[in-house]
Amino acid sequence: MSAANSDALKDLLYRLADDQLILGHRNSEWNGLGPILEEDIAFSSMAQDKLGHSLQLYLLLQGLGEAEPDTVAFTRNAPQFHCAQLVELPIGEYDFSLIRHFLFDTAELLRFELLSQSSYEPLAQVARKLKGELKYHVLHANTWIKQLGSSTEEAIDRLQGSLNFAMPYALGLFEKTGYEEALIAEGIFVGEDELKAGWIEKITVILAQTSLELPDLTTLTPVYGGRAGQHTEHLQPLLDEMAEVFRVDPTAEW
Amino acid sequence: MYGSASTDHLPTNAPTGLENEDPILLAEFEARIARGEKIEPNDWMPALYRKQLIRMIEQHAHSEIIGSLPEGTWITRAPGFRRKMAQMAKVQDEVGHAQLLYSAAETLGKTREQMLSDLINGKSKYSNVFNYPAYTWADSNVISWLIDAGAIVNQMANAKGSYGPYCRALDRICAEEAFHLKYGHDAVVHLATGTPTQRRMIQEALNRWWAPIMTFFGPSDKMSVHTEILMRWKVKMASNDHCRQQFLDMYVPKIWEVGLTLPDPNLRKNEETGQWEFTEPDWEDFKRVINGDGPCNAERLAVRRAAEENGAWVRRALLSPKAQYVRPLA
Repeated sequence: MSAANSDALKDLLYRLADDQLILGHRNSEWNGLGPILEEDIAFSSMAQDKLGHSLQLYLLLQGLGEAEPDTVAFTRNAPQFHCAQLVELPIGEYDFSLIRHFLFDTAELLRFELLSQSSYEPLAQVARKLKGELKYHVLHANTWIKQLGSSTEEAIDRLQGSLNFAMPYALGLFEKTGYEEALIAEGIFVGEDELKAGWIEKITVILAQTSLELPDLTTLTPVYGGRAGQHTEHLQPLLDEMAEVFRVDPTAEW
Repeated sequence: MYGSASTDHLPTNAPTGLENEDPILLAEFEARIARGEKIEPNDWMPALYRKQLIRMIEQHAHSEIIGSLPEGTWITRAPGFRRKMAQMAKVQDEVGHAQLLYSAAETLGKTREQMLSDLINGKSKYSNVFNYPAYTWADSNVISWLIDAGAIVNQMANAKGSYGPYCRALDRICAEEAFHLKYGHDAVVHLATGTPTQRRMIQEALNRWWAPIMTFFGPSDKMSVHTEILMRWKVKMASNDHCRQQFLDMYVPKIWEVGLTLPDPNLRKNEETGQWEFTEPDWEDFKRVINGDGPCNAERLAVRRAAEENGAWVRRALLSPKAQYVRPLA
């Protein structure tokens, strides 16, 4: 692989891995606090999967000469992270966490389905494994969105409010970087536009089965910047917390 | 995670109400238990048996869900992928145990909603040990190892009790707790054999937790009156002192083996009696904490109350107007 392609690939892998790590971390904050015990347990399972997914992707990066996963995950600061801003927002109340889970995982399942055809075989292999797990995350999200999105006025209002708030951030998932063309040209990834089109189709189908309305996407300004290391004020405190013990003794193995 | 440090005994003067029970049914019930049979949800049982079991299983369930909080706060700070994923899975198990146990208690006729409401209103208790803080990552490791170890001692005994749904839940719980024990042991040994900073962290955490651990199994048998009837009905399976001795026998040597010390100069095994001797825990302090005045009682309940209140709209939305409460079978 040429040096230019290797940079493009690393850029893609960091985006994918950081999204998974940060949302996994956020979802784990539901532990002990879920609206019902079953959801507590479900969010924890999905958080564990996401941590595992990020680890697999950081291992691919290690294979490309980057540092080992613990160092990469636990020692970088916010400007060095490439996650979309959607995943770093605080968990808020359950309506926001559920909406984010629905919007994010629908995109992730599609993304990894597309990546399972990647010309970079190690990534294609990981994508084939991950999409099998993400299928259940989407099943979980869709079940809850359909149920709560067609229930009480209170629930519908809350979910609609969170959907309206989250949507510009969700569009930020499809922010392109300077490597977009190289990734498409090399067949590593089909590109953010194709992913986004598929995603809109999927979420529209589910939302149509509820009393929720998809905001008019043509009038929304996507929240970009995350892929380039520009983040909300929420990411650095999250990273500080994540590294708190790790930093107690940086020479130690934990 | 559950010990006996709650109120699973009857006050000596409590009315048993047994005089109102049908003597023939009661004799049959006791004979079944004596033969080692399990009592199932739809079987006849004395009101006192039902009441005691609800109280006990409910307290156990509350202990799991409140117990997930001190360790849960360390998920977001766990150092490294391996620890972070294991900590998450471990705490998730505890919430899962709560779910199993609330279901077991529901078979006796009290709804989960009612039990959780009694928890946040302070009407029912949970294991006192969770009213102490987990200051550091090492505290969380001590909980994972030694509190879970204590819980296993208690739960293995109770799994041989007489109420079928509770016993089956405990069998599953003990299987998972056995993994927690290995996880906690590994984490503690890792720190105890690590850098000077790590060794200091784990020793200090152990020093902090030793007093709560010593009260985990509840007051000494000399002080705590268990009615003979709860033992006969196999609701309570082992005495507090018996569980405490068993725990000390199993774990003190392991703690010493990794070079950690325990903050009790009187702790030793009397080779003649085969019993461990130790400084009597401060039971007055224990009572003060269990009655609400511990370092974390208010915080634990506030967190649980917030979770219940914030999630209420979800539960309301799930209830169809036609839905009826169905008691789980077992």
